[in-house]
Order: sequence, then structure tokens, then C-alpha cells
Amino acid sequence: MGYKDLSPLVRRSIWPLLGLAVLLLANVLIAPEFFSVEIKDGRLYGSLIDVMNRAAPVALLAIGMTLVIATGGIDLSVGSVMAIAGAVSAGLIVSGVDNIALVVGGGLLAGVAAGFVNGFLVGYFGIQPIVATLILMVAGRGIAQLINSGQIVTFHHDAFEFLGVGYFFGLPFPIVLVVIAFVLVQLLMRRTALGMFVEGVGANASASHHIGINDKLIKLMVYCVSGLCAALAGMIAAADIGGSDANNAGLWLELDAILAVVIGGASLMGGRFSVFLSIIGALIIQTLTITIILSGVPPKFNLLIKAAAIVIILLLQSPEFHRQVARLKKKRGPKHAS
Amino acid sequence: MLHKKFLPLYVTSLLFALLFLAGSIQFENFGTLRVFMNLFTDNAFLIIVAIGMTFVILSGGIDLSVGSTIALSGVIIGVLLEAGWHPLPAFAVVLVLGTLFGAVMGAIIHYYQLQPFIVTLAGMFFARGLSSVISEESIPIMHEFYDDVAMFGFELPGGAWLGSSTIIALTVLVLAVMLANFTRFGGRVYGLGGDTHSAALMGVPIARTTIAVYALSSFLAALAGIVFSFYTFSGYSLAAVGVELDAIAAVVIGGTLLTGGYGYVVGTLFGVLIMGVVQTYISFDGTLSSWWTKIVIGLLLFIFIAMQRFLVRR
Repeated sequence: MGYKDLSPLVRRSIWPLLGLAVLLLANVLIAPEFFSVEIKDGRLYGSLIDVMNRAAPVALLAIGMTLVIATGGIDLSVGSVMAIAGAVSAGLIVSGVDNIALVVGGGLLAGVAAGFVNGFLVGYFGIQPIVATLILMVAGRGIAQLINSGQIVTFHHDAFEFLGVGYFFGLPFPIVLVVIAFVLVQLLMRRTALGMFVEGVGANASASHHIGINDKLIKLMVYCVSGLCAALAGMIAAADIGGSDANNAGLWLELDAILAVVIGGASLMGGRFSVFLSIIGALIIQTLTITIILSGVPPKFNLLIKAAAIVIILLLQSPEFHRQVARLKKKRGPKHAS
Repeated sequence: MLHKKFLPLYVTSLLFALLFLAGSIQFENFGTLRVFMNLFTDNAFLIIVAIGMTFVILSGGIDLSVGSTIALSGVIIGVLLEAGWHPLPAFAVVLVLGTLFGAVMGAIIHYYQLQPFIVTLAGMFFARGLSSVISEESIPIMHEFYDDVAMFGFELPGGAWLGSSTIIALTVLVLAVMLANFTRFGGRVYGLGGDTHSAALMGVPIARTTIAVYALSSFLAALAGIVFSFYTFSGYSLAAVGVELDAIAAVVIGGTLLTGGYGYVVGTLFGVLIMGVVQTYISFDGTLSSWWTKIVIGLLLFIFIAMQRFLVRR
């Protein structure tokens, strides 16, 4: 059976999965103990668990970003929203709020509010997504600093820190959160018609509007989901270090999140999406980082390798590139008479 | 004569005048030529980058790589000077490399029909990555020529100073205004941003213009890197982080339409000056913290984008 006989779903999934497999294989070859997972005190330990744990914030961002990109948008503000949510939770804790539901709820509310602003600007104001979310990307870090008057707030709160360092059924809690978020979004998108609406708006917003889809509301919703995911990622980051740093929390993670979605095979023009493949994309980014470290290449090459990876993936997705390759193949002599 | 097509330009310059006036009324020593000239001295590199960004945005694109191009230029200059080069040939190398870098990005954007934002994002990673591969530590720049250029300038009344970076920035501004409004290339850039398809039908060479626009932006970013190195006397791979966002903000506040095809280079100058005045105001006040700068710039961005919507709808 040739590549062309595969169903579109398999064809789309095969490249990201193959990429991850190759990277994992490379890691095992470099460091044979890479796959070993041990259980200590009922907790799982090992490089593989570590990769997943560290990929969790970007994976969460990627879940929200996937939906935004599926509508043909982009959310540049997620890094700043992470900082805002972390600052809100930290601020609540140091001001004496002990109830974990209030602390987490406050952070999530901040994320939804940020998403609402983005979604409103994009959906109802009709502003280009890059620009609309740029506003919060720039102002968001200022707002995060404003919340705690420019201080780096540190705190100690067992229940909140559980978000970042806790274990649940032997797994680090961030991984569990990613799984929960994935299942929820997947149910919402694939068990209802929402997923189809999102893809419809991304493929052709005005056509969707004419067949009765409320395209503005759909856009508002995806940015709210993205804000929610970013808030969760921000609280994990804050809980992980036991403090909120408005300047550095989630810095440049919006780029990693976009990259994860692109690696997952989604088109930036919108349309079809797969949340699962975006999470695979986040895992690929984290595994690549580990591969670079394991193989002894100095970490300063990280960004260069990432840049090369983006260009290669973009070219592989470009129809024009396929045409050029096809032309090259033809020049070398056609194999098939047809 | 008030002309409707210059409306955003009026709004921007009026806003700048009002902000400057507000500062002058509130603080002693604010409304002086010295403070005014310092706006140029402190932001010369930003003016240069933002002018390049104006062309890119006019053509309907965006360039996220300029901040890292500034850093890369500084690092290359630092390394070449350490190797015993004179600054002038080092500048030439940096400018040529910058132009080539932009041209390659433009070519990828055009020939593979990729979104400018993601291609220049890769460019941003590439330039930042390359600078840290060349040197992770800050390279000090020590050369007589640098001292001479940094000292060069004219004393103006009231202790104000017209320095070399300001002169370079203003020269770039004048040339850019001529390029945008009085040459065929300028017309093509506006046409490209207005409607690519119509522009192509009217005989605008899309490929050449797209490549030239990104080459110009990276060339100006490299030039800004040179000017930036006159402030810092060093080349550092982590310098100028986030400058691309400041540049985009300046262009938007300057009244250029982000969808392309409409705007003025002079507006961008006022965009930079407004951001500078906000910063100066906050430092004069002393009780306001620096993060207010970001919030105010965010608010200004919002107001101007909302205003653009309103104008376009009409």
C-alpha cells in the first residue's frame, strides 16, 4: 500500500508521530537509560516522565492555540497571560486567601478575561488577530507587574503548589492537567458540533456566517479557551517555583506554542485541526531540547536548531515546495509511464 | 490645509504635542529643547528600525526578526573589531549581511507563499541563535573611531545636543520619506499592501518588491544595530530583545494601517516620539513605576487600532 492510499487522517498524523519516534530513538541511542522508568514511593521517575512534565505548560498553551489557529487566528498574548494568572494567584495567596478554589478560580478568571478581550477585538471589532493579541502581549506584562506592585512575590501554599510539583496516581500533576484539558476540549469539539463550527470559521468565515454559524461568537470562544489554558499553564509555572515573576513567567512560550501547533500539521490559514497532534508537537519540541543536551551539543545551538526545524517544517507544508520537488523528480526521468 | 487622508498623521502629531505640553506644565525642565532632543538621542535606533517596519507593514507584511538582527549586527561588529578590523569595513560587512538576510526571508515568503509572520519568526530565532553561537558573552567594543563618533555632534541652545545617532536617524527619515512617496518603488509598496492581486495585474513586480521590502527592513535593522552599538559600546547576543514589538507599536501609533497600503513614514517618527515622551514623563514623575510604560503603550495601541477600524469602516 503506497503513501497515497492512506486515509487523510493517517497521512496527517504520520509525520509528527514519525518525528517524535525518530527523536526518541536518537535519545535512546545516545543515552540507553532514556526509556527506563522507575517507581519510588509510588511515584514514577525517569527521563520520559521528565520530558512530559516539562512539556506540560507548552502542551496546555498548544491546546488553546490549536483552536485559535483553526479559526485562522493567532494568540500572541499567551505568555503574558501566563504571567498575569500567576500574579493573580500569588497575589491572592499573599493577601491571605487560603481557599484553593478561590486562588485557582482567580487565576482562571484572569485568563478568561484576557481571552475575552482578545476574542472581542478579533470577533466583534474585526481586528487582525496578530495585532489584537499584540496589545495584551505588550500590556500584559505591565498588568502582571501592577498586580503585585512590581515585586517578585514568593509564597508557600501546599494545595496551590500541588499544581506544579504534586503527584497524582504516580504521575506529576502537570501531566494529569494536560490529559484532563485534552479530554475536555476533545469532548467539547468532537462530541458536539463545535469542532466543525471552528473548522468552518477557519476555512471560510463569511461562508460559515451565511449558513448560520455565529462566527463572531466562535472566535470569542476560542480565545477564551486559549486564555483559560494559558492561565492554567501560568499557575503551574508559578506553583513550580513557589512565586510569580511577571518579567520572566512564560517568556517566549507563545512562540513555542505556535511552533507546536505548526509541527502538529495545522495550517496557519485555519481549517482542520488536531489537538492531539499539537500536543505531540509540544512533546517534539521538549524532546528535541533534551536530544540537544544529551548529544553534547552546547545549549547555545538550541535556537539555531529550532529555527532550522521551523523552516524545514514550513517548506514541507508548502504546496509550492512539493511542486518544485515534483519538477526535480521529473527532470531526473519519469519512472511511471502514466 | 487640512486634508482628510492625512487625518491619522494629524492625530498622532497632535497627541505628541499634547503629551509634551502636559509634561511641560507639570514638571519644570520638561518643556526644554534638551528633553526634546534627548527623545531622538535615546530612540535613534528605534526610529531607524521602525522606519524599516513601516515599509514592511505598508506592503501588508510584518517583520519579527529586527530585534535579533540588531543583536546579531552588534555581535558581528564586536567579533570583527576584536580581530583587529577597522569599524568601517565591519559596518559594511554587517549591512551587506543584513540586506542578504532580509532578501532571503522575502524570497521564502514570496516563492513559498508562507505567512510573513512565521517566516520572520524563524528569522528571529535564527539571528538570535547565531549571535549566541558566535558569542554568549557581551563583547566590549573599544576603538578610537567609536569614541570619535560617539563624541561627534553639535551643541544646541539650552544644553541640547544633536548627536551622531540623531543625525543618522534623521537622514534615514528624510531618505525614507522620499523613497516612500516620490519613487516608483514606494508606489509599488503601497500598491502591494493595498491589494496584491490588483497590484500584480497593474504590472507591479510582486516578487522583486516583496524581496526588496524585507531586504530594506533588515538593512535598516543592521544599521540600527550599528547605532545601538554606539550607545552600549558592546555587542551582546541578548541585546534589543522585544524591539520588534516596540517598532510595530510605533508604526501603528504612527497611523499606518496594519493591513497595509496606507500610512506615512513621518507618522512612525511621531509614534516613536510618543512612546519616548511617555517614558520620559514616567521617569520625571519618579513615583510611577516603569511598567506603566507598557500599559500606556498597550492602551495607545488599542485606541489607535480602534480608530483605524472606525476610519476603514467609513
